[in-house]
Amino acid sequence: MSTKLDVYRFDPETDQDPSRKQYEVDLPEYGTVLEGLLEVRDAQDGTLSMRCSCRSAICGSCSMKINGQSRLACKTLISQIEHEGETITVDPMGNMPVIKDLVVDMDSFWDKMKTVGPYLKPEGPEPERENLVSNDSMMRLAVAMNCIMCGACVSDCTVLEVDKSFLGPAALAKAFRFAADPRDGHTEERLKSYVEPSGIWDCTRCNMCVQACPKDVEPMERIMDMRVMAIESGLTDSRGARHVEGFSNSVKHSGLLDEFALARKTFGFPKWGFELAPFGIRRLLRRRLPPIIHKGISTAKRVTRIFERLGV
Amino acid sequence: MRQHDVIVIGGGLAGMRAAQQAQAMGADVAMISKIFPTRSHSAAAQGGINAAVGVGDSWEDHAYDTVKGSDYLGDQDAIEVLCEEGPADIIALERMGVIFNRNGEGQIDMRAFGGATNVRTCYVADQTGQVILHVMWEQLLKSGLTVYSERFVTELLQEDGRISGCVALEIPTGRIEIFQTRAIVLATGGIGQVYYPTTNGLAVTGDGLALAYRAGASLMDMEMIQHHPTTLKANGVLITEGARGEGAYLLNSVGERFMENYAPNMKELASRDVVSRAETMEVRAGRAVDGDCVLLDLRHLGRDLVMTKLTQIFELARDYAGTNVLEEPLPIRPGHHYIMGGIKTDVDGRTWDPSGQGRWKGAEGLFAAGETANVSVHGGNRLGGNSLLDTVVFGRRSGAGAVEYARSVGWASVNENAAINGLESRIKDIFSRPSDGLRAATLRRQMGTAMNDGIAVFRNEEGMQKTLATIRAIKERLPEVSVHNKGRLFNTDLLSVLELDYMLDVAESVGMGAVTRKESRGAHAREDFPDRNDEDWLKHIVVARSEDGQAEVGFLPVTMTKWEPIARTY
Ligand SMILES: Cc1cc2nc3c(=O)[nH]c(=O)nc-3n(C[C@H](O)[C@H](O)[C@H](O)COP(=O)(O)OP(=O)(O)OC[C@H]3O[C@@H](n4cnc5c(N)ncnc54)[C@H](O)[C@@H]3O)c2cc1C
Ligand code: FES
Repeated sequence: MSTKLDVYRFDPETDQDPSRKQYEVDLPEYGTVLEGLLEVRDAQDGTLSMRCSCRSAICGSCSMKINGQSRLACKTLISQIEHEGETITVDPMGNMPVIKDLVVDMDSFWDKMKTVGPYLKPEGPEPERENLVSNDSMMRLAVAMNCIMCGACVSDCTVLEVDKSFLGPAALAKAFRFAADPRDGHTEERLKSYVEPSGIWDCTRCNMCVQACPKDVEPMERIMDMRVMAIESGLTDSRGARHVEGFSNSVKHSGLLDEFALARKTFGFPKWGFELAPFGIRRLLRRRLPPIIHKGISTAKRVTRIFERLGV
Repeated sequence: MRQHDVIVIGGGLAGMRAAQQAQAMGADVAMISKIFPTRSHSAAAQGGINAAVGVGDSWEDHAYDTVKGSDYLGDQDAIEVLCEEGPADIIALERMGVIFNRNGEGQIDMRAFGGATNVRTCYVADQTGQVILHVMWEQLLKSGLTVYSERFVTELLQEDGRISGCVALEIPTGRIEIFQTRAIVLATGGIGQVYYPTTNGLAVTGDGLALAYRAGASLMDMEMIQHHPTTLKANGVLITEGARGEGAYLLNSVGERFMENYAPNMKELASRDVVSRAETMEVRAGRAVDGDCVLLDLRHLGRDLVMTKLTQIFELARDYAGTNVLEEPLPIRPGHHYIMGGIKTDVDGRTWDPSGQGRWKGAEGLFAAGETANVSVHGGNRLGGNSLLDTVVFGRRSGAGAVEYARSVGWASVNENAAINGLESRIKDIFSRPSDGLRAATLRRQMGTAMNDGIAVFRNEEGMQKTLATIRAIKERLPEVSVHNKGRLFNTDLLSVLELDYMLDVAESVGMGAVTRKESRGAHAREDFPDRNDEDWLKHIVVARSEDGQAEVGFLPVTMTKWEPIARTY
């Protein structure tokens, strides 16, 4: 099967700007993009650099942008993406600086991992043998342990594009793995640090990480799990948590969202007035300011009862 | 020049465990790895890790199964250490954070594995290696270990035969770095890429074996190469023994569970050498599928089991073979997987003979652990699940051994400039060759194919000699190999030449061991000598460098403690 690859090339030592190079390779059935690139590197053009190791989607080395989406080259079959166009484009991951060609500098990725305290911190006396824990509690963590730290989610994260300080989906998925581990003795302390700015409340739920993740970790869902854990453990004094609480209170009592009250609650008084004033004025000019006096819907009582039945 | 009391080369499980232990003992230790530690091939281990932690099991039973599995070539003192200390290491891993599947009581659950009389393989679904590797990495972050990642070690430095340091190429920048140390632990993994195809990853190129051999250490039992019974035809990727452990069948083209004829008791769960041979005999008898495959049938295991305990297998089969294992049997065949042989060490990881009697050749100050080493626990055939245990137990012991040794000696001197110049001129020489010359990949493929043709599941004199001759001919051509890439940054083209150089030394030693052993034992099944011959061949074969730099074959006795060799049936 003949395949055309259009590959990003850049050697900062010799090139002023990145360029692209086209290759044609012949691959067997079940050929992967990685096999295509290896064929290029081995036989046609040894100047091409990329990372790869296991070639079976378990080591996390070969994440790159294939046809614009971050994926593992070794898990992406040519036949799977044929319909996306005749030529396959290959680019380095995003949100990380390029070292050469398809190799990026992952230092910021590892540094963020480190900041979430990614190791078990047991408390109390050591058990005599192994910790006795249920299979379910371990398998809940397995979802996050599936993470092979390939960087695909970080590469496609839309928050990181605008805010470099965001911890990002991979580090937060790792954070979940420890926050949810029944053997860890610092859950509360962990959650406290994760609700700080740049943490779990900065995710905009764009879902890009879920789509990019090759191992079904669904980082965004893990972030949402931690939001629930944070609120349940009483960590309600962060913008995100106040937003959720305000939202739910407003709907519970009036059946409708009181946007003014929500902003006040989320940002706190008097900060909301200053921080949100420019935004409010813009909306006023576009005639899209919510009503200043909040009126509930006539059937609000029924909504309240639904909330009560749900126990929230 | 950088200085550390102990340097661990290799960031896989064995290396991490060695570094962890050395650091816990208060030594100044650093780890060097050519790929980021969690990219190491230990991540690919799927099935599990053995130890007698279950009720009703005993380490003695585990040891006996291992001795028998090794076809009596394993050193029994080392096997006793492995099996006796193993359970405590598993418990330690659990406490560090390994999630392990659990039984109803919340204890570590176990699954059946080949060659074992008891159910003793602890596991995390079918991604055991990845989880353990990540947890070990987390522990190293916690303790703040110094890690030099993406540094390719090209040479071990010595003063008067004693280890003094090593030379490394920093891959992202192309800079050369010299390290001075009192002790080195080599934990560079297996030799997979010497074969084509293989279940091993692209970075598994046996560098450490060649580095040790060039520094004077002995390579032992190199002919003992394991072919795993279940690998995918398209790319050699592994389907874990855990699949059979969970109850999958092997079928031939006429739908017969043929293992009943070869191993009536253990059937699919006989030792790997036995199952791989049976598959090959079925193929030879004309009962093959897809040319040279047989079928692995998981259908009766049911969706629930497959989707919770064999998820990776489901995906690998879907992605690389287009097979839905819930609905149809999967074509598989034996493929290169593991080397039982390696750098000869004692149970503390020393590559030299500490008794001073010079019973074998070694390099003082050099330790080895993991797949690269041969403490001799696997002998002629490794049991599935014993290798991860080997990395953890002997990684720990060699880390401790290295610290003790480092504390007992001063610094040996390093000539930094000479070391830098040595590697620089090696690189210059490669760069000076015309860019359109011979590609390393071409020779590598020739080598891999020759190895798989001559030294695989069944072997004979003619085939092995032919392979050995091919390897030597390829070695002659090494000076012709050139690169396209003459830049400094992330030059994997250059690395491929350096790796090929090491791989050819390894391939040659495998060939030399293989032609020497004139019997059938474990993975070394000879058509021309079909029987085991304890009288003449119950001994290790070692390959080491002679005074004049030639590879030389020697022998070492097998250590026996309580198990006399008897006929091996499953
Ligand atoms: C697909 C597969 C499945 C397996 N499943 C199981 C299983 O279920 N149970 C079991 O017990 N065993 C299993 N095994 C075997 C087991 O995984 C390996 O034997 C073991 O993980 C090897 O660990 P290691 O630490 O010795 O080497 P590796 O994990 O391979 O690490 C080697 C390290 O050395 C470094 N290195 C190499 N050369 C250099 C150099 N020149 N300079 C610097 N660094 C270098 C690499 O960067 C790497 O970090 C499996 C093996 C494979 C291939
Ligand atoms: S090469 Fe390991 S994930 Fe692709």
